Amino acid sequence: MADVLIEEMASRLGIDLNQVDWDSIKLPKGEDFGIKSDDEDLREDDPLEFEEGFGNIIVVDNLPQVPKEKFEKLEGVIRKIYSQIGVIKEDGLWMPVDPATEKTLGYCFIEYNTPQEAQLAREKTNGYKLDKSHIFSVNMFDDIEKFMKVPDEWAPPESNPYTPGENLQQWLTDAKARDQFVIRSASDTEVLWNDARHLKPDPVYKRAYWTESFVQWSPLGTYLATIHRQGAAVWGGASAFNRLMRYAHPMVKLIDFSPGEKYLVTYSSHEPSNPRDTHMVVLNIFDVRTGKVMRDFKGSADEFAVGGTGGVTGVSWPVFRWAGGRDDKYFARIGKNVISVYEAETFSLIDKKSIKVENVMDFSWSPTDPILALFVPEIGNQPARVSLIQIPSKEELRQKNLFSVSDCKIYWQSNGEYLSVQVDRYTKTKKSTYTGFELFRIKERDIPIEVLELENKNDKIIAFAWEPKGHRFAVIHGENPRPDVSFYTMRTTHNTGRVSKLTTLKSKQANALYWSPAGRYIILAGLKGLNGQLEFYNVDELETMATAEHFMATDIEWDPTGRYVATSVTSVHEMENGFNIWSFNGKLLYRILKDHFFQLSWRPRPPSLLSPEKEEEIAKNLKKYSKKYEAEDQDVSMLLSEQDREKRKMLKDEWDRWVSEWKRLHEEEGSERQMLRDGEASDQEEEEYEDKEVEVEELLDVTEEVISFDYEQD
Amino acid sequence: MRPILMKGHERPLTFLKYNRDGDLLFSCAKDHTPTVWFADNGERLGTYRGHNGAVWSCDVSRDSLRLVTASADQTAKLWNVQTGAQLFSFNFGSPARSVDFSVGDKLAVITTDPFMELSSAIHVKRIAKDPSEQIGESVLVIKGPQGRINRAVWGPLNKTIISAGEDAVIRIWDSETGKLLEESDKENGHRKTITSLCKSADGSHFLTGSLDKSAKLWDIRSLTLIKTYVTERPVNAVAMSPLLDHVVLGGGQDASAVTTTDHRAGKFEAKFFDKILQEEIGGVKGHFGPINALAFNPDGKSFSSGGEDGYVRLHHFDADYFNIKI
Repeated sequence: MADVLIEEMASRLGIDLNQVDWDSIKLPKGEDFGIKSDDEDLREDDPLEFEEGFGNIIVVDNLPQVPKEKFEKLEGVIRKIYSQIGVIKEDGLWMPVDPATEKTLGYCFIEYNTPQEAQLAREKTNGYKLDKSHIFSVNMFDDIEKFMKVPDEWAPPESNPYTPGENLQQWLTDAKARDQFVIRSASDTEVLWNDARHLKPDPVYKRAYWTESFVQWSPLGTYLATIHRQGAAVWGGASAFNRLMRYAHPMVKLIDFSPGEKYLVTYSSHEPSNPRDTHMVVLNIFDVRTGKVMRDFKGSADEFAVGGTGGVTGVSWPVFRWAGGRDDKYFARIGKNVISVYEAETFSLIDKKSIKVENVMDFSWSPTDPILALFVPEIGNQPARVSLIQIPSKEELRQKNLFSVSDCKIYWQSNGEYLSVQVDRYTKTKKSTYTGFELFRIKERDIPIEVLELENKNDKIIAFAWEPKGHRFAVIHGENPRPDVSFYTMRTTHNTGRVSKLTTLKSKQANALYWSPAGRYIILAGLKGLNGQLEFYNVDELETMATAEHFMATDIEWDPTGRYVATSVTSVHEMENGFNIWSFNGKLLYRILKDHFFQLSWRPRPPSLLSPEKEEEIAKNLKKYSKKYEAEDQDVSMLLSEQDREKRKMLKDEWDRWVSEWKRLHEEEGSERQMLRDGEASDQEEEEYEDKEVEVEELLDVTEEVISFDYEQD
Repeated sequence: MRPILMKGHERPLTFLKYNRDGDLLFSCAKDHTPTVWFADNGERLGTYRGHNGAVWSCDVSRDSLRLVTASADQTAKLWNVQTGAQLFSFNFGSPARSVDFSVGDKLAVITTDPFMELSSAIHVKRIAKDPSEQIGESVLVIKGPQGRINRAVWGPLNKTIISAGEDAVIRIWDSETGKLLEESDKENGHRKTITSLCKSADGSHFLTGSLDKSAKLWDIRSLTLIKTYVTERPVNAVAMSPLLDHVVLGGGQDASAVTTTDHRAGKFEAKFFDKILQEEIGGVKGHFGPINALAFNPDGKSFSSGGEDGYVRLHHFDADYFNIKI
């Protein structure tokens, strides 16, 4: 119907609709012709974006009602109170007067420069006692309207009928057991199946401008989160990617899911109104499914910039670190001399107070248990210290003092069985440092600690990585550009509980370690300065499976099953942008080039539901199970070669059609061309050169002769 | 076989052209002297002195008697191939970019760059049999495309002119009236500057190379897109084998970025593609700068490449090349 009206109107005004360049039409600000934008409802509950609204105005109620003579005195008092909190705008204080009685009405409006100041004023002065009978009641101007709308009578809330949701785990039921990944290049964000059998990605969903900065999978792969100016959103579903929930958080910069994906932490930092102030930091913790804010944290950037290795210059992300496991019970953050541990049930501090640890530098959770490992550096005579703390009891499980330490790094094994602390110590002269490892066996009685020093103590440690779910670890040590790589195991044949070395690979071009998530295989990678050298190594057999290169590669990521690896060149380089997919043993499967390539992330899978016993059984009888899949593989490869042949034949035929058409036209034009060349018959020699060998045998004549034969002997 | 390295130019190469018999190779470079070489052994035969600016392109007549060159000194010059004598100079108000002789060598199409307030233009000149009768007037001047026109060539029977350049559009013009006949559309066409264009031996189709990292094969009469070859580099030069169904693409990143990247990152390779299957067959390395010019010997048994590095590399194919199967 709307179309008809438009056409009518256009014809009346004499406008040809086909001539109108629709893109050039700009609506006046705020005008939407009644067409609601999709983003509108999100913007409405923006708590902070009030540049044009009244977010910076507060209403102060329960003031004394004073006659004209006392007006100025009261105004002075109020101004004094409220200018302590922030800068009141010029003419920003307005106290209405009843025109009949010339008395004030007992309330006033105060307009601040920023909504933040207004918020603060409301928080600080609501309930302020001017005297016994005048207790301030302070509200945001914007809220008043909301309160006015509250109906006088209570009505029971409407309950919506239950509608079953989509199966958010649908992708796991893929018949070919493929994995998904998301890529971002230029303005497009695309989710693809890794179809390794067909040696190409299979598109799932693509959308331009899906996100404004990056995308992130939730830890179990259920959701894909996108970042927008107004907040974050999560997507998922059975068939396509539908928007499941939005989380309003203006100017959100960073997000982090809890490991069980129950909660989402969002972070933003805001320019202060006063340039001397530090940045304002806002953190919200949302319930992922309901979209409700469970708790928010606000403060100056300084408060959140303590501790962590990257904590000196800025906020180290994630600010809140979640305890391991899927139940999302605890989260903690480091503060000045404290570690604050919160309980997710109540979103408050455990025992209502933080754990006091003087000078704490860094901490990390065990990936599986509610155990904290924290590091305190050396101060004066106090030695440096690493301690393990049990939550919620806050009991110290184990502690280790360390001397002349310059730095410490904590590495947990993914099952929380082992903990390795890499300790850089000063040599006696204090001029250089050397490195050792303190290895904790968490699951054993009393948590024994073992010290590991490399054979050459002066070797620099370039990288360290635990085998996921395993008992081995790899270390790159020595001097760049050709350091050594060593493998150690925490188990020995006799279960003596001693760490022992498996092997050392000499002078490898590697500076990063990427274990397969299933363990056993590892990629020794030379990224950055080493131009993308890759060595695929089997740690069980202690042999190199393949060496390869993905020139300029910047990122490496294993798929969640450990079957495939993606290496990518992101837009930090101008050239070569794109990604390669490899099999676990280093065979390049396919290669996709994309300009302005930003990101590739595999969709995580939730942990397997099979019991360890069952998994072992499958591993034992692998031959039996693999038969079926091998047959399938064979079918696919047959089909592929068949398709390939057909495609080639089609292309060839198509090409032949062109060629014969050209030949025909060429011959048709022959005489005209001859004319243009002044009669030179040029076509014969102009024919395409052909590389042909022609053998000609010509029978000229056959004659039979009888030759008399006699021997002449000298 | 080892390529023959032909040193003679002091500046980056811009264009290469074999004569019809395939015994001579003409090279143009940013230095001012086009050079002629023996196409067999790479020996230098002589130079054509007279230009006062970079020489962008050249063409040689069918009988190998006349050479025409286009230069940034705002002239296009006619030369006697044998003696090196300058026969005539066409003067323009802006740098001349490309030249092409018509079938029968009685006409030549010359493009000029936009310069000062002059826009780019395609000029058609009549080439007199006797150089003393040569005149400078244009038979036809076509204007219209924005930006530089990097290449203009004759269509079948000299009835059309095909042009391509900075605006990434390929156009077919009527060579009599100067009317625009066909234009490549946005969907099929290139997305960035078209740097090079070469016709097939029989003039039935042509290949364009573009900075959008692709080359495209078109029907010369209908401007139908037939094939697209995608590579990793901006394409500066293209060539088609007259013998086998192969196309060669040359390129590399901007000259300004060469020194800051690894020689492997540059990928200054001449890439061979299967013309029909659009798949990469192989590459010929060697240049240490982007490849600016490529040309196939008309017998299809050798090709030469000219680079930003100032060298011409002449490659005679090994016997294996003729047996490539994919």
